[in-house]
Amino acid sequence: MKRNEKIFVLTCMAAGLLGVHASAMHIMEGYLPKGWAAFWIVVCLPFVAIGFRRISKYVQQNPKNLTLLALCGAFAFVLSALKIPSVTGSCSHPTGVGLGAILFGPTTTAVLGLIVLLFQALLLAHGGLTTLGANVFSMAIVGPICSWIVYHGLKKIGCPKAGAVFCAAFAGDLLTYITTSIELGLAYPGASLAGAILKFMGIFAVTQVPLAIAEGLLTVVVFNVLEKYSNRELTQLDVL
Amino acid sequence: MKKIIWKKNVILLLLVVAIAVIPLIFIPGEYGGSDDQATDVIAEQAPEYEPWFASLYEPPSGEVESLLFCVQTAIGAGIAGFILGRLTAKKQSDTEEPNDK
Repeated sequence: MKRNEKIFVLTCMAAGLLGVHASAMHIMEGYLPKGWAAFWIVVCLPFVAIGFRRISKYVQQNPKNLTLLALCGAFAFVLSALKIPSVTGSCSHPTGVGLGAILFGPTTTAVLGLIVLLFQALLLAHGGLTTLGANVFSMAIVGPICSWIVYHGLKKIGCPKAGAVFCAAFAGDLLTYITTSIELGLAYPGASLAGAILKFMGIFAVTQVPLAIAEGLLTVVVFNVLEKYSNRELTQLDVL
Repeated sequence: MKKIIWKKNVILLLLVVAIAVIPLIFIPGEYGGSDDQATDVIAEQAPEYEPWFASLYEPPSGEVESLLFCVQTAIGAGIAGFILGRLTAKKQSDTEEPNDK
């Protein structure tokens, strides 16, 4: 029932968006100077390498973790394909990586985000191979680190789980796009670096606020189900 | 307990739909991608910049692109639905509760 409802709602949302002109919310292919493109790729490498090692550790620890990991990946796949209209009159999409960050931590999520971004860069001309490093850094590293810190911080001070999950996903989503703005500002400082960053933030971050709220709500929906039905695994992962 | 979660989640999903629909109704706009605007700002900040790499594959039309986006959503929703279905069904048989959807 739950599942049917969810798929129904997602289908409706997807159907509503078909008429919308589709394009990338990540940094577009070729739009970062070579130096910066290489820099961000190098920055991401250690995170992704540690992420692969942690995934095999998690799976050894409990094979059921693989199922949860696949769920987190699938969640990111769905959410990053949903381009949602926003209050600025343009569209953007959530990242969907908050759930993975809360369950498995930021490095593991870096791998999930990499898979999503590769799919979009290769098949959809959305994002790009040369900008993969910068996009992985903002969406799959900075966002998840933020979500992870927010969730565990709020959990420690006794915030209700659903509230902590919402805040974590919301903050991670927003910070992803703030990071994208900083990356673009650094690459195109123009007259002043701060001015450039603010200009890009004006495009990405404001559009992103309602979507970050939507992402927070959707993450809570899945988390509610997991908390009830996968309680043992979540406890073992130190999430509950 | 089960019923409470179900109700909570439906309310949350309705809120998400509202977030997506309200701007469409009340705010006029082209609803293009926010990256198109980013490209404009890049052109403003560095007028002489030329993208130095093009996508290896570009969907030939908006229809094909929306198809591929749907494929992405379908893969994700299919896997998520399968896993959530398994998790919830297993718990029900564990606890031998009558099915009370």
